[in-house]
Amino acid sequence: MPYIPNILFALALIIGIGYFARNVKKLIRNIKLGRDVDVSDNKAQRLKNMLKIAFGQSKMVRRPIAGILHAIVYVGFIIINLEVLEIIIDGLFGTHRIFSSMGTFYGVLIGAFEILSILVIISIAVFWIRRNVVKLKRFWNSEMTSWPKSDANYILYFEIILMTLFLTMNATDLAFQQMNSGNIISQYIAPWFSAMSEATLHIIERAAWWVHILGILVFLNYLYFSKHLHIILAFPNVFYASIKPNGQFNNLASVTKEVQLMMDPNADPFAAPAEGAEDEVPEKFGASDVQDLNWVQLLSAYTCTECGRCTSSCPANLTGKQLSPRKIMMDTRDRLEEVGKNIDANNGEFKDDGKQLLGDYITHEELWACTTCNACVEECPVSINPLSIILDMRRYLVMEQSAAPTELNNMMSNIENNGAPWPYNQMDRLNWKDE
Amino acid sequence: MSEALQVPTMAEFMAQGKQPEVLFWVGSAGSFDDRAKKITKAFVKILNKAHVEFAVLGTEESCTGDIAKRAGNEFLFQMQAMMNIEVLNAYEIKKIVTCDPHSYNCLKNEYPSLGGKYEVVHHTQYIQELITSGRLQIQGEFYKGKRITFHDPCYLGRANNEYDAPREVLKSTKASIFEMKRHKRTALCCGAGGAQMFKEPEKGDMDVNVLRTQDALETNPNIIATGCPYCNTMMTDGVKAKNKETEIEVLDIAELIANSEEL
Repeated sequence: MPYIPNILFALALIIGIGYFARNVKKLIRNIKLGRDVDVSDNKAQRLKNMLKIAFGQSKMVRRPIAGILHAIVYVGFIIINLEVLEIIIDGLFGTHRIFSSMGTFYGVLIGAFEILSILVIISIAVFWIRRNVVKLKRFWNSEMTSWPKSDANYILYFEIILMTLFLTMNATDLAFQQMNSGNIISQYIAPWFSAMSEATLHIIERAAWWVHILGILVFLNYLYFSKHLHIILAFPNVFYASIKPNGQFNNLASVTKEVQLMMDPNADPFAAPAEGAEDEVPEKFGASDVQDLNWVQLLSAYTCTECGRCTSSCPANLTGKQLSPRKIMMDTRDRLEEVGKNIDANNGEFKDDGKQLLGDYITHEELWACTTCNACVEECPVSINPLSIILDMRRYLVMEQSAAPTELNNMMSNIENNGAPWPYNQMDRLNWKDE
Repeated sequence: MSEALQVPTMAEFMAQGKQPEVLFWVGSAGSFDDRAKKITKAFVKILNKAHVEFAVLGTEESCTGDIAKRAGNEFLFQMQAMMNIEVLNAYEIKKIVTCDPHSYNCLKNEYPSLGGKYEVVHHTQYIQELITSGRLQIQGEFYKGKRITFHDPCYLGRANNEYDAPREVLKSTKASIFEMKRHKRTALCCGAGGAQMFKEPEKGDMDVNVLRTQDALETNPNIIATGCPYCNTMMTDGVKAKNKETEIEVLDIAELIANSEEL
């Protein structure tokens, strides 16, 4: 049965990609649980942002060490994946290094992959040290225990193993070494195996090849469960992110309607509702759960890779308050996943589980600690806006529950009564002139 | 102070059938807060000195609603906004200047979709315009050789990407400007935004304004310059908390210019 490896390979490919596709479908369904938001404007500007911020990593390099190391891993990831194409063709058709017929160009290509893979290994090692030995503060905040902490390390292990396998596979490939073109790095690894017989070498080469491609498929499927989803979602997230000035918060259209009615002298407050309007459930103001957020906010929750740049620049967090913008995003994703699982378990229908994002995940204390300073928004390398979620939840607290802190209620009633946050008469507004 | 302040109102302009060059939006802090009123007056002195035909709404002005919006009360915000827009549109206002970055942001970005479309500038931008156009000449050397550090207001800087105007204006005083390690994009908030000014902070191990004051103290300044009445209060309190109030002054850029020119 000479075709067994080909069949096994095809099967692995189908299962690997099929399971991933299934989870992507789930991911899209979950994101669509959010409210609609119009992001169809300014396509050119959005595309520019995506190319600059996501593809070009412009915000990553603002912190140079992490930025440059990340750029190496990022470029390495994209370029080395060209090699996966060859692996897939070889695997399906039983060829060996199908592209090697390209000659010198092939050598240049593989040579580049080898250099990148060693650079990636070095970068990942530094990442691991920063996380686990240097213990940079932003990787050790309270939300970074248990799964988030392991997840971060698993990703690093995955990448280092994949790169090592790639180099091993090249080093133990006798024909490739004899070709002596493109083995820039692996030629130095090959001597380690020189004592082995040709047959043993072949077994190691095949094993490395198989574990490498299977590892890639496993890693692909790991994405959905990991913060590493950012390698895909960073692009749509930057594209759909707000292109308005950071300071501009959206005006709720539902509120505009009500306020206009209130201020319209011709409106009849006792008028019977219009035909068919009786069944209309009034729109909820603000957000208490993930379904009240818009889909871009939910997409952002899946995009967040928990780097913590937001939290490390948040004035509230820096002064020991509970608020961490990163946690806002992580909580949103966790709750969204919980809602998604609930829907899966109940035949596509969400069954009330007595829980919600507000209170069960994000506390009032966190929400009220925000100064709306936009430091988190400015910092995020993939244009996530944790502030918009905080604001939507404050809106729910204030407009649906009247649950603002007492001092803020006083401030607001002052504005209502005399047009200033303090209890001064509006008629005294110009007194300063003569004081 | 040499002359009395000239502060005409929109109603007076209207009665004469005239339009001012610009409306000065004083804001609630600028109208009622004792410290902020000094900033308001300093800015008026500058406007008077440059012979700018400006007007204020006076008793027809009301809170922009910005703080309510940031506290989550969209209703109150939109009610305030629509009332103000009615007044502003009735007077056919085209251009607004304000000393409060929060009012600036709100009027500039959040009023348009509710029907209030104006050209809105921050007072540091306006002063810069006056200097560049030659209407205001800064000759004073009162602050020459003084060490000044500028604290970026969030709602001018990150919120609206204006980092240069306040620095350009500061330069004209001939003072030496020293940047804090966190400045411009990475500037730390003073702790007042998002309605924090009006409530006690949540439990933590430090107040934000004290941390920000530490940033400022690292530059060893004679003066901490601000461009926002709330930042001014927070930094002033921070300096007091560090027992440095006898050595370090916290002044708005408008005050620095007014003092420099002995207005």
